[in-house]
Amino acid sequence: MSTNYGSKRVVVGAHYGLRDWLAQRATAVLMALFTIVLVIECLLPGEMSYEKWAAIFSHQWMKVLTFVTIVAIIWHAWVGVRDVLMDYVTAVAPRLVLQVAAIAWLVGCAGWALQVLWRI
Amino acid sequence: MADAKAIKKRPGQMRLIDATQYRLPPAGWVSILHRVSGLIIIILLPFVIWMFDTSVTDEISFDQFRTAFTGGIGFVPAFVVKLAALALIWGFLQHFCAGVRHLYMDFTHTVDKEFGRVSALVAIGIAAALTLVFAYKLFIGY
Repeated sequence: MSTNYGSKRVVVGAHYGLRDWLAQRATAVLMALFTIVLVIECLLPGEMSYEKWAAIFSHQWMKVLTFVTIVAIIWHAWVGVRDVLMDYVTAVAPRLVLQVAAIAWLVGCAGWALQVLWRI
Repeated sequence: MADAKAIKKRPGQMRLIDATQYRLPPAGWVSILHRVSGLIIIILLPFVIWMFDTSVTDEISFDQFRTAFTGGIGFVPAFVVKLAALALIWGFLQHFCAGVRHLYMDFTHTVDKEFGRVSALVAIGIAAALTLVFAYKLFIGY
């Protein structure tokens, strides 16, 4: 069998994981950015209270950043869960069930989070 | 025939239980802890959103959020709420520190063994130290 990896890889089909790999990095940077912004907002002068906490999320730019971060979390988590399931669950049926369950779980959580975010 | 014998000796597909048989280097620990911490966060997502919901909705729900850590939530005692919060805190810190290490290595193409070892210990150390600070705040200083 000749070399079929790296630059010699015979590329056929749809995609080879680069998109997922890259998406995981890009979403990671976004979530780190959100974390830094939120920590700075919390450390700004003033006693932590409901007013201060709710005010952080009342700005439209923060809502947009939080929205993008929620999408980033489920995307990032999906790539991660898929990697873990591919490594440890080899039988097709349980893997498929767990994958579908993970998607349902993540989409459900995202929907709830967005509902909360949108009514602030 | 010798070839067939050699093939038979191969360990075959790795099972999860096999992972416990290895003495992992620090980088290996970071790798497995990245998976563990990621799963902890995913499983605790409803708790995160519950905290987000109650803390930002209004002042009444904000009080509900605060008392969860002193009087519990429904039948769940405050101690369990605090433990869940601490698991979440460690999971987040570990995932964050290991993630920054990962990104740094990807961006700078730092792949030598020594950096992998030292940065792994630093990532685990920072996450553990900060977790202790939060644990103190959560269980003693609160």
